[in-house]
Amino acid sequence: MTLQTETTDQQSAAHGFDNDNRQAATIGDAARDYVNRLRGGDMGSLPAILGLVVLFGVFASLNDQFLTTYNMANLVVQAGSICVLAMGLVFVLLLGEIDLSAGVAGGAAATITALMLIDYDWTWWLATLAGIAVGAVIGTVIGSLVALLGIPSFVVTLAFFLALQAVPLKLIGSGGSLRFNDEVLRGLSIKNVPVTAGWIAAVLIVAGFAALSLWRYRSRASRGLVHQPLALVVIQIVVLAAIVLGLTALLSTNRAPNPAVFNISGIPWVAPVVIALLLFWTFVLTRTRFGRHLYAVGGNAEAARRAGINVTRIKIAAFVIASSMAAVSGLLAASYTGKVSPGSGGGNELLYAVGAAVIGGTSLFGGRGRAIDAVVGGLVIATIPNGLGLLNQASYINFLVTGGVLLLAASVDAVSRRRRSAAGV
Amino acid sequence: MTQPLLELRGVNKSFGVVHVLHDVDFAVYPGQVTALVGDNGAGKSTLVKIIAGIYGRDTGDYIFDGEQVSVHSPRDVAALGVEVVYQDLALCDNLDIVENMFLGREETKGIGLDEVTMESRARETLASLSVRTVKSVRQSVSSLSGGQRQTVAIAKAVLWNSKIVLLDEPTAALGVAQTRQVLDLVRRLADRGLGVVLISHNMGDVFEVADRITALYLGQVAADVPAKDVTHSQVVELITAGRSGDLGLTNAATATI
Repeated sequence: MTLQTETTDQQSAAHGFDNDNRQAATIGDAARDYVNRLRGGDMGSLPAILGLVVLFGVFASLNDQFLTTYNMANLVVQAGSICVLAMGLVFVLLLGEIDLSAGVAGGAAATITALMLIDYDWTWWLATLAGIAVGAVIGTVIGSLVALLGIPSFVVTLAFFLALQAVPLKLIGSGGSLRFNDEVLRGLSIKNVPVTAGWIAAVLIVAGFAALSLWRYRSRASRGLVHQPLALVVIQIVVLAAIVLGLTALLSTNRAPNPAVFNISGIPWVAPVVIALLLFWTFVLTRTRFGRHLYAVGGNAEAARRAGINVTRIKIAAFVIASSMAAVSGLLAASYTGKVSPGSGGGNELLYAVGAAVIGGTSLFGGRGRAIDAVVGGLVIATIPNGLGLLNQASYINFLVTGGVLLLAASVDAVSRRRRSAAGV
Repeated sequence: MTQPLLELRGVNKSFGVVHVLHDVDFAVYPGQVTALVGDNGAGKSTLVKIIAGIYGRDTGDYIFDGEQVSVHSPRDVAALGVEVVYQDLALCDNLDIVENMFLGREETKGIGLDEVTMESRARETLASLSVRTVKSVRQSVSSLSGGQRQTVAIAKAVLWNSKIVLLDEPTAALGVAQTRQVLDLVRRLADRGLGVVLISHNMGDVFEVADRITALYLGQVAADVPAKDVTHSQVVELITAGRSGDLGLTNAATATI
């Protein structure tokens, strides 16, 4: 049982997995592998990316304003709060739970932040922390009710969805609204990163990704572990570089409707906030014990419990993350509209965010999902009202299309899940 | 005979008024497969759960490596090097083989997971058990057959330098070829010096791999004999009647109460 000398072990290990099928040697193997996984129902974000391409094609052909850099920057800002809300929801969806109260929790948090800014003259970051703390407290209560008392999360969060709407209504008063014009917080939506700083950040992200992937490739290949072919790693780096640098270039041009008079250029501040959250939560989900345990509880809670994982703690943590992210999302929404009203977060925000996560590839059945799903799905969801708005369509069309897209995404999830269990991927 | 690795002496266990185990003696020897057989309700599961630390004992000694130890929880038992592979395998379908083998005991480097170490160790363990049927250690568990899953569950138990592995009905749901794989693996575990406990209803499996057979009958040990000294039908008699010729309980008839 004790390990023998290193070398003999490694030799025997190498012999044991000579034809490891994940050890795709060439691009061709990797492509075949990918197609097999698609056939087996493991689609990831592909439906969302295809949906985005279709939506862009349709809207661009119907309206020449859609593809302007001005509108693209608008789209980024509009998608921000949905992406963040969906990112938080990924955590509860991973456990096979749902949080229907996330939208109104965001509204309540934004109300508290706005009150702190207006009535108590707090600085923006203290007020922001207060708002996020409100979210964390809400999440702790919901998580405890679900994990400790065993009430279905659907019911608990439905109750919170109803009850939490009282908070802004009481604090703001019916028909009123709080202005949200703090220099920094409002600036997230209406100001842009200086062009030079934007370029530096973009180059750093690409360089960091390239260094990390190549280092990972080398350390795994040298030990004979499962790894992707080098060519695929390079392709991934090139694609990411094209997207990041391309978008930076696009947003760095002067996009003012009247370029001679005004200069509007640079990446909207919302984007770095979303990207930072995306990187952070991706790290947590894929590279930490907590993330691994989250997937385990979502896949088989009994197995996780037997493996010594504290299932209760994981469940509560997931709801705390969801509600805290909802608070951030509520602040971004308030930053976009410039005010907080009693109805903030009580509309379709939550369902849009669930739709975003599911369209992006997160399963409603638990155990599958990534932070990037929320961002890709959020872009799809935000594109619909943006494009339809340009086409001057009546708003009932907006509801029909968004509902249809959500239903389609849930169907894709259910069908691919069936295929997965049949194909066993 | 060598000293037992694990020994239970005079174990009694009651649930309320139901006296489930009567003065049970049970021993596991290193390098041997001990089969634990008995009819439904004979007390096999209770005995396994006492060994696993899930249930406490009313009376009786828990002796590990010649020394009396006090075990109060599954963690204490795991710390001794005793691992239980339950019938429902307790694997997460959405995780891959490496992730499942290290579940709850992940290796970390700084704040992140140490995937390189985990994958290397998982490969070493599977290779040292001569597991050749699994194509990749990064395969998701949902893509494995029943036999492969059982193999992964057993490898998971072996990974932690365990000294004793208890297998609860490992072949119950498997086909012929897969049963073959698992039985071979059970034999290899014993050949490596582990004490293996095999709980099974299948006499064919028992006689194929077991060195010793302990038969339980209504909460009492009917016999604890080397497998080569008894026949198939004798074991069946021990299971169903508690005695077979001069083997077994002398008062089997009264033990039914």
